[in-house]
Amino acid sequence: MGAIFNAQQIVNGLQVGSIYALIALGYTMVYGIVRLINFAHGDFYMLGAYAAYGAFFAFNALFVGKTGLMAFVVLIASMAAGGVIALLANRLAYKPLRYKPKLSSLITAIGVSMFLEYFLSALPAVGPSYRSFPDILPRVNINLGNAVISNYVIIDIVIAAVLMVGLTLLIKKTTLGKAMRAVSQDKDAARLMGIDIEKVIAFTFLIGGSFAGAAGLLAGMTYPRIVPYMGIQPGLKAFIAAVLGGIGNIPGAVLGAYIMGLAETFASAYNSLIGEGIAFAILIIVLLVRPRGLLGEKIADKI
Amino acid sequence: MLVVKNLKVNYGKIEAIKDVSFEVPDGKIVTLIGANGAGKTTTLRALSGLEKTSGGSIVLDGMDITNREAHKMVPLGISHVPEGRKIFPTLTVRENLELAGWTIKDKKLVRERIEEVFELFPRIKERASQLGGTLSGGEQQMLAVGRGIVTGGKILLLDEPSMGLAPVLVDEIFSQILAINKKGTTILLVEQNAAEALDIADFAYVLEVGYTTLHGPAKEIAKDPRVREAYLGV
Ligand SMILES: Nc1ncnc2c1ncn2[C@@H]1O[C@H](COP(=O)(O)OP(=O)(O)OP(=O)(O)O)[C@@H](O)[C@H]1O
Ligand SMILES: [Mg+2]
Repeated sequence: MGAIFNAQQIVNGLQVGSIYALIALGYTMVYGIVRLINFAHGDFYMLGAYAAYGAFFAFNALFVGKTGLMAFVVLIASMAAGGVIALLANRLAYKPLRYKPKLSSLITAIGVSMFLEYFLSALPAVGPSYRSFPDILPRVNINLGNAVISNYVIIDIVIAAVLMVGLTLLIKKTTLGKAMRAVSQDKDAARLMGIDIEKVIAFTFLIGGSFAGAAGLLAGMTYPRIVPYMGIQPGLKAFIAAVLGGIGNIPGAVLGAYIMGLAETFASAYNSLIGEGIAFAILIIVLLVRPRGLLGEKIADKI
Repeated sequence: MLVVKNLKVNYGKIEAIKDVSFEVPDGKIVTLIGANGAGKTTTLRALSGLEKTSGGSIVLDGMDITNREAHKMVPLGISHVPEGRKIFPTLTVRENLELAGWTIKDKKLVRERIEEVFELFPRIKERASQLGGTLSGGEQQMLAVGRGIVTGGKILLLDEPSMGLAPVLVDEIFSQILAINKKGTTILLVEQNAAEALDIADFAYVLEVGYTTLHGPAKEIAKDPRVREAYLGV
């Protein structure tokens, strides 16, 4: 048992949690602003991974000896892909249904998800099978006492943290961030302030999609293989994390994601089947005890 | 000058506004009075673009603004302080006021207007960094009117600014409305509190189940026996 709760497991758990957090944030922000569970969100993660893969092979020759710069370009590509596809999904699929019954948007989201997965599988340049993801940065194992930690794990944790701090500043400090909170709280009042709520909603999709895209890159690099269906499982787990934290609540999504990542890592070390199921068990228990999630409140920032 | 002609608004199959016409001359206070469900709120919502009209026209200073999107009405000079205040609960008082200046490029002007609001409502100033959701009902109402001032339209639409306020605060809010008007803002006031509204208004219109029926100078409407019986309780 002692081996289960060691430093290595904690770091690995934080890494898994970081990836869930980046995805869960988009789920929760989009839910907060338009009350939609965007089931295609996991696919923005997958698209981020493929965009990174494509960008690496397209530009690799230009960045020989400049791996840091290459990694940055790849990160931007993954975020741009996730963000732009999220924007398109909003514009083409969700916006026309905005004031229609919620069920229509929900079914549409599932449709968008399937479309993206099958479309990519059918594209000759992508295809339905696994591809191994290139090492963008050299792989190094760091020895910390009895723990061996891959530099990729550290990179995942750090990049996720940087993005999340940036998001917090955006939402708390900028006028645009305040407008996002306003739109999520009261659309009519926001419109009376002169806010074009559709622009703010689009921006929210852009940010949420780009975070999922970044998560796709990090997961692709770390594990390191990609496939058009890779977004389903993490998407579901991140959705659970968002519900766990209180859907619509930003710190809640992050908290839920880290809890999930840690629980899953510890449980897998014990038994990999339990690891797979633990997310659902935690979800059921938390929702029984506290149906609105850990940080979900009556007047929370629903974004 | 705002001119509303033969306005119609439907909610699905329900005809909330059937035929409403009125005028709001520059610099004046005009009040719409009417019973619950008469269509006062719906009329204001149509004016600020929150509801689509299904007939009639809304003309502001000669420009037809019927059915423009709400966020485009604001720069044209329509500020709407909605029924039920609609304060953003997790934004501070100051942030609520800042957002009201969203369409104003000159942020110095926004700061000046926020100062103006603080002068008008010193209670709001004391609570500048408190969350909107933690204000009392009366304070929220002042903040809602304050947002309308920061938005800074030519015409301020006020939907029941005295709702839920203690009598002292009712007097206070009405005297502030007069003060805002004296500084040059045209006001369209919707009120249950007909006596006070007629007292400060220049002109009044009576709304009954989707129609404008009586209208005239506020002093005369206040003397009309039908109005006295139905809305003034005498
Ligand atoms: N969103 C809505 N959907 C359907 N009907 C509505 C809606 N809003 C208002 N109505 C109906 O339209 C009519 C006018 O309502 P409105 O809110 O404009 O009245 P009001 O004069 O402001 O009343 P009050 O004094 O109670 O605020 C009412 O019959 C109301 O039931
Ligand atoms: Mg009303």
